[in-house]
Amino acid sequence: MAKITFDGIEVEVPDGTTILNAARKIGGGVVPPAMCYYTPLKGSGGKCRACLVRVAAGSTKDPRPMPKLVASCITPVQDGMVVENTTSQQVLDVRKGIVEMLLINHPLDCPVCDQAGECDLQNFAYEHGVSTTRYEEERRTFEKIDIGPYVQLHMTRCILCYRCVYTADQLTEGRVHGVLGRGDAAEIGTYIENSIDKDFSGNVIDVCPVGALTDKTFRFKQRVWFTKPVNAHRDCGHEKCAGRVTLWYKGKDVLRVTARKDEYGEVKEWICNECRFEKKETSDWVIEGPAHIDRSSVISANHYELPVINPQVIADLPESTVRELEKNPPLKLGGPNGTSF
Amino acid sequence: MGRKLLTEHVNVEGIETFAVYRKHGGYRAVEKALKMTPEEVVEEVKKSGLRGRGGAGFPTGMKWSFLAKPEGVPRYLVCNADESEPGTFKDRYLMSKLPHLLIEGMIAGSYALGARTSYIYIRGELLYVLRILEKAIAEAYAAGFLGENILGSGYSLDLHVHPGGGAYICGEETALLESLEGKRGNPRNKPPFPAVQGLYARPTVVNNVESIATVVPILNMGGDEYAKIGVGRSTGTKLFSACGHLNKPGIYELELGVPVEEFIYSDEYCGGIWKGRELKAVVAGGSSVPILPKELILKTAAGEPRLMTYESLSDGGFVTGTMLGSGGFIAMDETTCIVKNTWNFSRFYHHESCGQCSPCREGTGWLEKVLHRLEHGHGSMHDIDLIVSVAKQIEGNTICPLGEAAAWPVAAAVRHFRDEFEWHVTHPKEATQPGAVYRGNLVMA
Repeated sequence: MAKITFDGIEVEVPDGTTILNAARKIGGGVVPPAMCYYTPLKGSGGKCRACLVRVAAGSTKDPRPMPKLVASCITPVQDGMVVENTTSQQVLDVRKGIVEMLLINHPLDCPVCDQAGECDLQNFAYEHGVSTTRYEEERRTFEKIDIGPYVQLHMTRCILCYRCVYTADQLTEGRVHGVLGRGDAAEIGTYIENSIDKDFSGNVIDVCPVGALTDKTFRFKQRVWFTKPVNAHRDCGHEKCAGRVTLWYKGKDVLRVTARKDEYGEVKEWICNECRFEKKETSDWVIEGPAHIDRSSVISANHYELPVINPQVIADLPESTVRELEKNPPLKLGGPNGTSF
Repeated sequence: MGRKLLTEHVNVEGIETFAVYRKHGGYRAVEKALKMTPEEVVEEVKKSGLRGRGGAGFPTGMKWSFLAKPEGVPRYLVCNADESEPGTFKDRYLMSKLPHLLIEGMIAGSYALGARTSYIYIRGELLYVLRILEKAIAEAYAAGFLGENILGSGYSLDLHVHPGGGAYICGEETALLESLEGKRGNPRNKPPFPAVQGLYARPTVVNNVESIATVVPILNMGGDEYAKIGVGRSTGTKLFSACGHLNKPGIYELELGVPVEEFIYSDEYCGGIWKGRELKAVVAGGSSVPILPKELILKTAAGEPRLMTYESLSDGGFVTGTMLGSGGFIAMDETTCIVKNTWNFSRFYHHESCGQCSPCREGTGWLEKVLHRLEHGHGSMHDIDLIVSVAKQIEGNTICPLGEAAAWPVAAAVRHFRDEFEWHVTHPKEATQPGAVYRGNLVMA
């Protein structure tokens, strides 16, 4: 076990845990953002540099600070490590720079993007970015590519996190999907239009932090925050498919099916393409109840779950809002998991 | 002229063949090493104070002693011959003229590290050098210096040359290893370092061509004797590839410690600036290191004469100093436009970024575009601050040092030649004339 101090909070984690996962054990506002790291995918992480933190003391044995900021998603903890995330101005400044870099070639077409509302880049930019741009040059664009009958690749939006590459590599049999080109001309490619139609390929949609890989059965049907997530399961015949999913309803219609994601947007149980794309009737599923969305997303901020605002957590709330909140504490509705329709 | 340890016999007819090389004292270092224990060889290299010749200047002996040595697991020595830095061409020269020197160093080094298979990863464009090396390796096999049971010592070594695809990024050691494994040449996240998990996830040492070749004279003369050459912690001799506006550009082997002024102006070396012009600026160690104006390259900020050593060139940090780097010495005369030059360097790094991590992928392109705008008279004053700020956002936040290599030249050019950038903004018409160069006073940091 290793004991580390993260933003002044002590936490004990098993040896070999990464700094990011130690921070996730603390949870809340101290967790560094991660755009490319994805726990279930081996080898992911270290690329987006969004999770950079400052190591103020390397370990008890060697308490020197690390010379550069380190990527918290791939750096293992050492006993006695002192890490600064939100308490370091340097980290916050660098993160602002990373947002800027990720956005200069991003089309910012959120108004027409299916990912808007559950987009990691949107959340990241909202939390750490600035509202103006210093980039005056032409943005990089690509043609849209249909990869297989279910998935569309809109490379213009891609931030090259490599998550889908690892997914295709580790989950589906026979990889036909990788990165072509280099530098800012690098693109996710399917080798000579070889389409992805493997059993688990639909999971690349779930792991994509932006709207680069979208579900063709859901494209432009509905804004995600107008749909209601409901947990459901079915007895899927596929040995590797858990069959536990989230259905996204609009009225009585199931508009899309996704794997269940945790508060960091990570899928723990992959689902097969049949569950994802072909079972879109309520009668196909056993409904468990409304899905709880932990993530800071407009989905949770919408209808059936009232936002729980904690003035201690959100810094810089206007004083009038704080007074208002103190007078009328936000409602917490009952229900089995604190949720209700 | 100082002593030459590497290139002493470079002009001997037929030195690239085994017989001639052997006649001139070749492979003595291997014979000597095989009589020592591997630890003693490492100790000799440590004593010599040899610092990595690839650019970072990390002590080679220390790097060797860091190599993890688990039982029953193969270890590798990999020679980094992916020399692609603009301005650096010493390794190509060394390999094409003295292939057996590198092979001799590889045998001695592999023996010291306990490697049974070693690789020379050579830049793809250097196909003719690859052929020279392959021929030399075949000769070494035939003479019993490679293969099973070398010289009856019981030590066996196989040496392979592997050409890269011509990517600059594959000169970064972990990208090189990825490429050698047959994967896309993306740098790896560190830790784990190659000394623990390198090639095929085995302990690996990656050394520059010149570092490995230098092991030969170190073993021949002894580490202590080698350490006497040079100044302070910059021991021995080093190859410099001098290019740009010089009367006598070329490869020079210097004992570290020669004053920069002597190197540029003495007839023994570069013979001064061509066409009788004035020196304007120097990039002392390959395109990645900060550019310095004439005043600061000849003398440090404290007024001391600058020497060709690791310490003296980096005197003053990046504010008034630079780095020795890989020894790619680029001199620029008074007719050089620094803005255009910086844009050109930037274009290179934009083209060579692997695109794996976001600051470098996006930032190098951004720098290049803004510099293009400035050079072509469409820039504004705030663009100058913008490129400094973008360079700062890249620096230190990337997976591998390519980000720094892209950021440093830009930041240094603005630091020392800001008035020239401003002139491009205020006088766009004059600045875009062919051959137009700003000739105001250089701004000192």
